[in-house]
Amino acid sequence: MPFIPHTEDEINEMLSVIGIDSIENLFDEIPAHLKAGGLKNVPPGLNEMSINRLMQQRAAEDGQPLCFMGAGAYDHHIPAAVWQITTRGEYYTAYTPYQAEASQGTLQLTYEFQSMMTALTALDVSNASLYDGATAMAEAVLMAVRSNRKSKSRKILVPRSVNPAYTKVTETMVKHQNIELVEVAFDTATSKTSQDSLNAFNGEDITAVVISQPNFFGTLEDVDAITNWAHENNIIVIAIVNPLSLSILKPPGQWGETGADIAVGDGQPLGAPMSSGGPYYGFMCCKKEFVRQMPGRIVGRTVDQEGREGFVLTLQAREQHIRRSKATSNICTNQGLVVTASTIHMSLLGPEGLKQTALSCHNNTQQLVEKLTAINGVELVFDQPRFHEAVIKLNKPAAEVLGKLAQQNILGGVDLSEHFPELENCILVCATELRIAEDIETFASALAEALK
Amino acid sequence: MLIFEHSAKGRKTKIQSTSGNEMPTDIPASLLREDKPGLPEVSEMQAVRHYTSLSQKNFSIDTHFYPLGSCTMKHNPRVCNSLAMLPGFLSRHPLAPEQNSQGFMACMYELQEMLCDVTGMAGFSLTPMAGAQGEFAGVAMIRAYHDAKGDFERKEILVPDAAHGTNPATATMCGFSVKEIPTLDDGDIDLDALKAAVGPQTAGLMLTNPSTLGVFERKIEEIAKTVHQAGGLLYYDGANLNAILGKIRPGDMGFDVIHSNLHKTFSTPHGGGGPGSGAIGVAERLKPFMPLPVVAKENDAYRWLTEKDCPQSIGRMSAFMGNAGVLLRAYVYMRLLGNEGMQRVSEFATLNANYMMAQLKKRGFQAAIPDRYASHEFIITLKKQAKELNVSAMDFAKRLLDLGYHAPTTYFPLLVPECLLIEPTESEAREALDGFVEALVQIQHEAETDAEMLHNAPYTMPVNRLDEVRAARQLDLAWSASREA
Repeated sequence: MPFIPHTEDEINEMLSVIGIDSIENLFDEIPAHLKAGGLKNVPPGLNEMSINRLMQQRAAEDGQPLCFMGAGAYDHHIPAAVWQITTRGEYYTAYTPYQAEASQGTLQLTYEFQSMMTALTALDVSNASLYDGATAMAEAVLMAVRSNRKSKSRKILVPRSVNPAYTKVTETMVKHQNIELVEVAFDTATSKTSQDSLNAFNGEDITAVVISQPNFFGTLEDVDAITNWAHENNIIVIAIVNPLSLSILKPPGQWGETGADIAVGDGQPLGAPMSSGGPYYGFMCCKKEFVRQMPGRIVGRTVDQEGREGFVLTLQAREQHIRRSKATSNICTNQGLVVTASTIHMSLLGPEGLKQTALSCHNNTQQLVEKLTAINGVELVFDQPRFHEAVIKLNKPAAEVLGKLAQQNILGGVDLSEHFPELENCILVCATELRIAEDIETFASALAEALK
Repeated sequence: MLIFEHSAKGRKTKIQSTSGNEMPTDIPASLLREDKPGLPEVSEMQAVRHYTSLSQKNFSIDTHFYPLGSCTMKHNPRVCNSLAMLPGFLSRHPLAPEQNSQGFMACMYELQEMLCDVTGMAGFSLTPMAGAQGEFAGVAMIRAYHDAKGDFERKEILVPDAAHGTNPATATMCGFSVKEIPTLDDGDIDLDALKAAVGPQTAGLMLTNPSTLGVFERKIEEIAKTVHQAGGLLYYDGANLNAILGKIRPGDMGFDVIHSNLHKTFSTPHGGGGPGSGAIGVAERLKPFMPLPVVAKENDAYRWLTEKDCPQSIGRMSAFMGNAGVLLRAYVYMRLLGNEGMQRVSEFATLNANYMMAQLKKRGFQAAIPDRYASHEFIITLKKQAKELNVSAMDFAKRLLDLGYHAPTTYFPLLVPECLLIEPTESEAREALDGFVEALVQIQHEAETDAEMLHNAPYTMPVNRLDEVRAARQLDLAWSASREA
């Protein structure tokens, strides 16, 4: 039996210590008619050789297409050392660091992670991560409601240019807490959240506003103006940002006069492979006055009885195992292993490496846009300053064109018409540092062909 | 030392550099970053040495016996990791078209099917990213079910007083009020109290079986009947699934919705705190409400079910489809175990727990529920040691670290004073169990002869007991150059 080390002799000795004849006796309390009859949909066990073969076949079946899709998951280079160290048993198979003395590795690493996230976002504190960027947005909304003493409405302004998946998840998570998510339209020419559409809420009691930088379409928003407007109206600012972009874009802590209040996003671009959407991690940073309302684990630095530096989970009174029904959230895990990888990734790249990667993404995307819009039948939709992603419109149905490209093992982009019906035949394209000139050429040729 | 303290301005890893260098001129200067973020500037060797050394300060399943009750610290097979990290899986974009994703989707579909089979449920959604998110999904579905029937008065969720903290926290997040039902001394829930508590306001009961006290709820069928007759639904917290895997199925016991903890029962890595996965299973009547996406099979091809297929779904819980890489690991594990192996898990987990409990009882320790067999875990109470020797469960736990064992779960469930909740799992060999028993016996001896020494344990870890009060009062949550200056 896989992974069960007991020999016949050992089983018999153990049974006699317990004082029973057979293992079955240990299940005597279970009503006989409830005992499972056998598993019909679980095939017989495979040996390692066979499961290897099966999984290699399945992985190969999906190929490794040339990827120009973004929309919240990005194909970046991850240095070899990152996952080699992350999958060391001491990190891979460690538990949550509740026994601090036996977990200083994980705890110190997490403290370093928190420090790096505060550095990137230019905010005061970070937690040890949440499940993903979408749930981090939901948690930020709940946190803003708890934190904004000047507001009673529980109304949150959510631009339609925020990643629709994030908004959907937020809807699911806040549904039963009397919170209203109010949609704010984007300017059809630029995709930006216009000051006019925000001014429509002047004088109303609004609890928080969400600003995504860049927005879902890759367009850069006027973050300073929006932040200042929000603060003038006692509205908490929730920033959703791509952490890689923060190496070259102004970080949320420096938006407007006093900075965004809470910043969240997905850490996937920093060391997590695309892997069908997970595991990633959501990061959350905030100004220090909000720290006690922040959900999730937080690691603090302290000293031991001999004055040596040590690390420990702190402010646990916010969490479920102590507050139970009065907890700030029911969250129990963080995304520990992925945070480990991300911390090592950020250390290997450093501020210069991240900056170069971000610049490379920006340049490659601009190249991509140039090459694609040179094709007959392709036009750029939002001609605005952008980072890393762009929207192009095709003169044929997007689904059909993307299908043809997929058959040639090219993922050309994300069809936007599902969530934005007015953006007919529009696709969201993205080029990371990995999509070099040769790849862009391949895509452009295939697209030109598909549009003939 | 922190990684930042190894930094030197301008130091970097050249092989990671790429082509970008000039700040963009097509982005307004007011949107660009002016300062340099305070990230480490180290060489690859420094980073590797630092993080490798840090790892060596951790206890882990790979290095230590880790009998944490309710956490199921079983062996994490290496092949699960290597296959989940095949390049073909790692490089798949979550939104890749279905026709380019059949390999991955086959794994997900089969995982759904196997999970249905071992739990006796009619449908499974793999999207919740942790047990607590699975709980949220389950309770949200209970709410959706009652709302769909126009049953808006059902505002109360019942939980046992021995429940894990996530249970009441989840109920509150879904807009319910919580009422606790007491547990009797023999470990069963107080059925009379339950009967008095149910009524037209009852949305459901959240239960674990075996319970957090480590014993089987003997009256489970009556509990199910009581709740169902009152019009409520029954939620199963799958934290203890390892105790019954392959032996009994929550669906057969009458549960309407369950969450499983793939990072417990199905051996995906704990990773120092995550990522987990809380896949949820439902009975037929809750299928329309499952969170999306779910994989369906039609005419030999796999596709994702969407809002159009499932208009009553409670919605999405993850930007994409949950912790896919974790799900692949669980899939490989289940295929390795197979039909036969799955049925043996609970047998050997239970054998190991009962063997340890019997040995500890023989050596003078007090089991919280001495007259019943343990499930896959059991509780030892040290209240006598606390009273007579002034040595607490915490002291025992810290001293165990010196003896090379990660402490069991302490002070949970809250009902049992000075408790150690011990779960060996099925992957431990007898010698590990015997060694742990001897360690506890040694500490007992130390408690009787030198209690003071135990109050300051551990002595051989990188740090000894930490000042947690200071950590909470003098908040130091992030390093920054300006702070250190």
